[in-house]
Amino acid sequence: MNMLEIKDLNVWFGHSHNRVNAVKGATFSVAEGESFGLVGESGSGKSTILRAITGLAGQWSGEISVNGMQLGKKREKSFYKTVQMVFQDPYASLHPRHSVDQVLGETLSLHGFRDLDARVVKLLDDVGLGQKFRFRYPHQLSGGQRQRVAIARALAPEPKLLLLDEPTSALDVSVQAEILNLLVDLRKDRGLTYVMVSHDLSVVGHMCDRLAVMKSGEIVEILNVAELRQLKAQHPYSQELLQASL
Amino acid sequence: MSTLLDVENLWVKFPTRNGVFDAVRGVSFTLGRERLGIVGESGSGKSMTGRAILRLIRAPGMVEADHISLEGQDLLKMSEKEMRDVRGQRISMVMQDPKFSLNPVMTIGDQIMEAYRLHTNASKSVAYTKSVEMLEAVSIRDPERVMRAYPHEMSGGMGQRIMIAMMLIPNPEILIADEPTSALDVSVQRQVLDIMDRLVKERGMGLIFISHDLNLVSDFCDRVLIMYAGRIVEVCEADKLHEAKHPYTRGLLNSLPRLDKPRDRLEVLQRDPAWSEAPSVSGRI
Repeated sequence: MNMLEIKDLNVWFGHSHNRVNAVKGATFSVAEGESFGLVGESGSGKSTILRAITGLAGQWSGEISVNGMQLGKKREKSFYKTVQMVFQDPYASLHPRHSVDQVLGETLSLHGFRDLDARVVKLLDDVGLGQKFRFRYPHQLSGGQRQRVAIARALAPEPKLLLLDEPTSALDVSVQAEILNLLVDLRKDRGLTYVMVSHDLSVVGHMCDRLAVMKSGEIVEILNVAELRQLKAQHPYSQELLQASL
Repeated sequence: MSTLLDVENLWVKFPTRNGVFDAVRGVSFTLGRERLGIVGESGSGKSMTGRAILRLIRAPGMVEADHISLEGQDLLKMSEKEMRDVRGQRISMVMQDPKFSLNPVMTIGDQIMEAYRLHTNASKSVAYTKSVEMLEAVSIRDPERVMRAYPHEMSGGMGQRIMIAMMLIPNPEILIADEPTSALDVSVQRQVLDIMDRLVKERGMGLIFISHDLNLVSDFCDRVLIMYAGRIVEVCEADKLHEAKHPYTRGLLNSLPRLDKPRDRLEVLQRDPAWSEAPSVSGRI
């Protein structure tokens, strides 16, 4: 069964003559346990697709179904237990005056868990931070450690589908390797499905099974990683991207 | 090769509650008419080195060095007023993000003309033609419209090209580019680099290119300094970067995912405390 199915998705901002069509007729599906990449330059609409799935982009048309359930304008509570998102900038996505314990505890209690104490400890262990980070504030953490907290927060409701919006682009290459390894391990251990947005083709090539290349709001090509590695892209734009990233 | 800039034993220090923190620890290098890359992780002191050359470190931060000489003149002995003539006119600097370095309430034309007229006594009309020419040189289409526009109307790539135009219009001898392309897309990155490369070659300038992107630096520069914890750990020819010897450089290279060499797990850098203890390698020729 497909974890995520998107058919003819349009997303736009503004009204009438100010209308900007950010995503135009995007169609793709992601199987359960698969890792799917979205690549393209900034402004191509790749992040907007993720935002439309989570309900952060207001105006959209088309069909989105997650885990067999079609999404309406309003998301149900069970949706947020299935889908979680990790954002690009770990410096901006954590509340500066909430400790790691508060961040994770709040998410857990919102999702109706009662054994907070044990779960916070477990989450921190799972993302390789350990208990000594539990009562720290974001400014006491490095970029990589913050991104680990953001990943722990996304894992808190035990989701099946994780949306990753450039999870390593704000990090150093050495830290990027640690976070990518962590994401690979988590997917293996928990059978997660990933949709990952990145502008870095080699990161997507490392993480994903299939990917879609986007340009000015449209998906121009969907190819699998074997084709990507053999540089067998059909569309001229994907070839251009490949050349630029070698 | 003539030496434009000679830096000897540069230290940048910040006093903190827990004692003095050394951001840069005894770095020496020279710059000729070449493209010199400085790479390292965040916090390795690469940006601080760039800023220290222009004496842009604010108090309580301190810059100490045996000398930082620009064609024989020691920058550290200059008064603040003399420094102002060096900044922009002889050494200029392109920062990372055009969004934060352009004045949002001034038109682009006014900003470029100001940069030009500050250092020459040219009339407004001469400055205008010069600025339009410069915008053309950085491949901006329709430069007259851009001259009238405000920074928010520009894309990131255009903003960065405008910054480069503004920094090059006083015709400096040295350009320091601090992560000039990391806020840009891959495709735009190439264009901006090509433009910088062409201008540096045509004008015979020295370029210090600060970046965390190893592949980019090995492609683009002539010589590379690799910094770790405020020191230079290795100096090598840029095209031989992939044969680098130091375990830190090797670790950084190996931690990059590569399309042509798929691996299940990426190598994680194992840091050795000895790296930060070892004395700085000299980057002088």
